[in-house]
Amino acid sequence: MRSDVRDYTLTAPGSLDAVLSALAANPRLTPIAGGTELMVALGVGRLGRHELISLDGLKELRFIEERPETLILGAGATFTDIRRNAAIAREFPLLAQTASWTGSIANQNRGTLGGNIANASPAADNPPALLAYDASIELVSATGRRTLPYDEFHLGYKKTVLQPGELIYAIHLPRRFAQHRQYVRKVGTRNAQAIAKIALAATALIDEAMVREIRLAGASLIDRPVRLHATEALLLGKAITPELRTQAAAVLASEIKPIDDIRSTAKYRIAVACNLLDEFLLSL
Amino acid sequence: MSTITFTLNNSQVTVDAPPMTRLLDLLREHLHLTGTKEGCGEGECGSCSVLLNGELVNSCLVPTLQVQGATVTTIEGLGEHTHLHPIQQCFLEEGGAQCGICTPGMILATHHLLEKHPAPTLDEIREGLSGNLCRCTGYMRIFEAVQQTAKLAEAGK
Repeated sequence: MRSDVRDYTLTAPGSLDAVLSALAANPRLTPIAGGTELMVALGVGRLGRHELISLDGLKELRFIEERPETLILGAGATFTDIRRNAAIAREFPLLAQTASWTGSIANQNRGTLGGNIANASPAADNPPALLAYDASIELVSATGRRTLPYDEFHLGYKKTVLQPGELIYAIHLPRRFAQHRQYVRKVGTRNAQAIAKIALAATALIDEAMVREIRLAGASLIDRPVRLHATEALLLGKAITPELRTQAAAVLASEIKPIDDIRSTAKYRIAVACNLLDEFLLSL
Repeated sequence: MSTITFTLNNSQVTVDAPPMTRLLDLLREHLHLTGTKEGCGEGECGSCSVLLNGELVNSCLVPTLQVQGATVTTIEGLGEHTHLHPIQQCFLEEGGAQCGICTPGMILATHHLLEKHPAPTLDEIREGLSGNLCRCTGYMRIFEAVQQTAKLAEAGK
């Protein structure tokens, strides 16, 4: 049953400051950027929030800035913006890849990085790459800004640290992954459009055959986008051997809690997660 | 209600509509431009594709308020019955359309693709049209229509 659009309000104050003031004054307001998530809910009559405020077209949020040590992506950067950015293609290929399989071209022209993160789906395409790159997230509200490790942003199923009146402002990516081995793979019914059954992103620094640094992150492995800290801890400082690979699969299987749903089963997801990890470890 | 003014197929239009009205419904029901088709209504099938400020979008996912001041091109803005756009002519000649529901979206996706890649490879065509689903043609004739359009444009230079 479709929603009656007359039951919904939408305003577009036109500047970030005006949006933040409106959010501070009315905590019931829900931000909408490219609409690729909320408009789907509207279409099928499941959009529970009735007061919306548009972030579309806010120049303050739509940018990609190169600083010497950091690449900063505004929350309003679209997946098309990300795919077209030369620095991302060169230094953060995992993100360029995940942006390219986020929906279709039409979705990429509208969908934003901030929206993908704020929507907080455990299956979201881009968070695993951001986690593998040790991203920080900058939040903004009428009262100020704060920056925290992106790893601390997701608290549970569709739960984040975002407070009422607070928006995602930007993602900060440290520009120090040139020497890292990098890996990402999405397993779904097809790459375009289809939501991931599971995905794994990874970066590792190998020095004299030892794992000096490693970050593993996945989609649809648990109730939120997640770093796999226990598996990382096992691998850190060691050389990759067949025994270690077997142990890593066991630790991974114990640290994830996938579910059965319309797209796949928990059993399949655990098996494939272990296979993807092994594929990455074999490439090191 | 919001009053929204935008450029639609090269003409300025002003409409009063609830701000969360889907652009798709604004086009079809308020403005009676029924060339834009509704398929899934979830941004998966591409049959409601239009160009918004020159970028391909699914009009079922665009709230009307967000087209304030924008430029929108629908299939009606591309060609006319008596004077088809070259993409439309090629779809016709190559058998790129059967039931026709996906066709307006396919043609706008093709337009967007050829703007970026005037001589697309088969992979670029497949990716450019990957958000537009067709249940009739099996896609090959659509790809041939796109290739033919690109060839004619190159020859006409």
